[in-house]
Amino acid sequence: MNKGVIVLDNSKVNLRGKDVLALADFSKEEIQVILESAKEMKNIIHRDIKKVPALRGKSIVTLFYEPSTRTRSSFELAGKYLGADVVNITAGTSSIVKGESLRDTLYTVEAMGVDAIVMRHKAEGAAEYASKVASPVIINAGDGAHAHPSQGLLNLFTVQEHKGHLEGLKYAILGDITHSRVARSDIQGMRKMGVEVHLAGPRTLMPRFLFEEEGIVIHDNVEDAIKDADVINVLRIQLERQKAGLFPSPREYARIYGLNDKRLALAKKDVLVLHPGPMNKGLEISPYVAYGDHSAIQEQVQNGVAVRMAILTHALIGGNKA
Amino acid sequence: MKTLIKGGRVIDPANSFDKVADVLIEDGKIAKVAANIKSAADEVIEAEGKIVCPGFIDMHVHLREPGQEAKEDFESGSKAAAAGGYTTVATMPNTNPVVDTAALVRSLQKRAEDAAVVHVEIIGAVTKGQKGEEMAEMGDMTQAGAVAFSDDGHFTKSAKVMLNCYDYLKSFDKVIINHEEEPSLIEEGVMNESHRSAMLGMKGRPTVAEDIAVYRDIALAEYAGARVHVAHISSAAAVDLVRQAKKRGVRVTAEATPQHLTMTDDMVNLFDSSTKVNPPLRCQKDVEAVLEGIKDGTIDCIVTDHSPHAQEEKDREYIYAPSGFPGLETALGCLMTDLVAPGKLDMVTMISKLTAEPAKIFDLNAGSLSVGMPADITVIDPELEWTVDEKKFYTRGSHSPFIGRKFKGKAVKTLVDGKLVMDHGVVLEV
Repeated sequence: MNKGVIVLDNSKVNLRGKDVLALADFSKEEIQVILESAKEMKNIIHRDIKKVPALRGKSIVTLFYEPSTRTRSSFELAGKYLGADVVNITAGTSSIVKGESLRDTLYTVEAMGVDAIVMRHKAEGAAEYASKVASPVIINAGDGAHAHPSQGLLNLFTVQEHKGHLEGLKYAILGDITHSRVARSDIQGMRKMGVEVHLAGPRTLMPRFLFEEEGIVIHDNVEDAIKDADVINVLRIQLERQKAGLFPSPREYARIYGLNDKRLALAKKDVLVLHPGPMNKGLEISPYVAYGDHSAIQEQVQNGVAVRMAILTHALIGGNKA
Repeated sequence: MKTLIKGGRVIDPANSFDKVADVLIEDGKIAKVAANIKSAADEVIEAEGKIVCPGFIDMHVHLREPGQEAKEDFESGSKAAAAGGYTTVATMPNTNPVVDTAALVRSLQKRAEDAAVVHVEIIGAVTKGQKGEEMAEMGDMTQAGAVAFSDDGHFTKSAKVMLNCYDYLKSFDKVIINHEEEPSLIEEGVMNESHRSAMLGMKGRPTVAEDIAVYRDIALAEYAGARVHVAHISSAAAVDLVRQAKKRGVRVTAEATPQHLTMTDDMVNLFDSSTKVNPPLRCQKDVEAVLEGIKDGTIDCIVTDHSPHAQEEKDREYIYAPSGFPGLETALGCLMTDLVAPGKLDMVTMISKLTAEPAKIFDLNAGSLSVGMPADITVIDPELEWTVDEKKFYTRGSHSPFIGRKFKGKAVKTLVDGKLVMDHGVVLEV
């Protein structure tokens, strides 16, 4: 790769102008192309001077209606490493608090000549709605419990980097599936790439009608899901769920569903442990596992920047040379 | 003043009448229904190839007065009714303020007289403020002319309050119309709980919430010997509960909407709140069960649950948008195109559920072409093909899931008390 120049291979797919709303909308080939590009992007992050002009002259707004540390800063840095101008709008410090509708906020952002809007919202479907309303590329950075496609992609990237392939792996997701956009994005992304998905958690946190489809297995105990797993993705458990009556106590959750050393030993020897963060250590995951040899949790954060650089580049300039 | 409607297929289910005939109207009343009426009429309406039937009755609409005129008012809502072939609509009391006193019932009757182009009946609240706590003055409202009572939109949490209301209302022989969804099971729910909601991550409103609500209210009505009308039934199990209760002789009746008879939650997408409605669009087996209920008489009438909202209220994130959409201008097209044309429902049954049966349940002086009845008449062109266009709506509501649908069959004339109020889609100024 020439220094400072990114050339994307668009011989197979061209994603220029495509909204990134959910992995359900992406083909296997499209996902592969993004993962390939992310490899190149990761090199840029490791450079002394982390700046390439691929998106110079492009402007990106991050529009966050929900708090976020890693996703927002990760998209912001991704844009900046690529030379784009990035502006952050958060709900608490904008005209959103004055009651401006989502449509009007989007129109305002669009009128400023923005090329992409990276959006986080607690309403399922908000990004889909935005894509119908506004003409800039919409990148969903999480909409309620529906989708978080960049997280799904960074999980795929991390797994592929470690395992060298995806097809045929056993991928376990533990915890609150019902309220998790990460789980839905994982299910969509992993299934597209031929990964077998195993789900386990309290039945109160498992969608009732997520009936078993090909390649998706629901378990009543975590041990069965973990057994011989290549990857375990541990989801964050929000303590409000206990208050809402969905499990008896944090203590029982940790004992019956938490990932600890003993349970981890049931998985394959080279098992990879993921967590989308932020963690509740001692609840869904023990600190020994979180910081142990199998954990790729910190690496996920770095890969998140690389994957988001790839997403922004594909969505904004597609196969064009920058 | 004499008007003669000539040569149409006259379908009058109340009198088991279905023949090509003429209808003579004299001074706003039905004077005669027979073949080849020879009478010097002031006005002749040619109806060859058309269906002539009693004007439609919709016992479940939201005309939003008082207080929510940005959504609808008696003028816009009654024009929508006339455009859809309706001559009588009953408006729900979930307004601001809630219609829970005789004074409010009377003021709305006066508004209807001044502003509405069709008959508007007033439904009073069952409990004060529809809060489900204290009984509203239902006796006083009955004497003021309230046609029925409902806390529509809400389920009365307290079984004791519900039983008291049933007992109290027995003396007045009025019906309570119940919205049946057990609240603790539908908190924050925005669509049917199903495979689709699981995939979309949206919170669900399960059928079991409707089932246990219907069961409770049937059990209480049975115990009290009172009447209950189940609003917009949508779940297969709930239909069966009503069926079994009717067999036991419980005084229960039920209604269903075109949306619950024809649409499933597969139509729910993430960006358009048009499909958001309570109860939510269900699964195929529920849709089939509701239709079966219509056919075997378990479900007595078809209503629209016409629930207009202001454009800006519906145009937003799905989960934040209010539930409901307008239905008066699309119901007939939907029923004829999706149910009658493919042979799932016969025309006479459809008309009966829109006329004779609601009139019987709510004791209305409407719904038949018997001599002496008010000449409320709808003329349908069964061959007319049209596309649902929001811009042509009389309702203020927007965001109907029917927008863009191509329908065959439409009301082309609506007469209220013998007077033409709608002609070929155009509502005439009164």
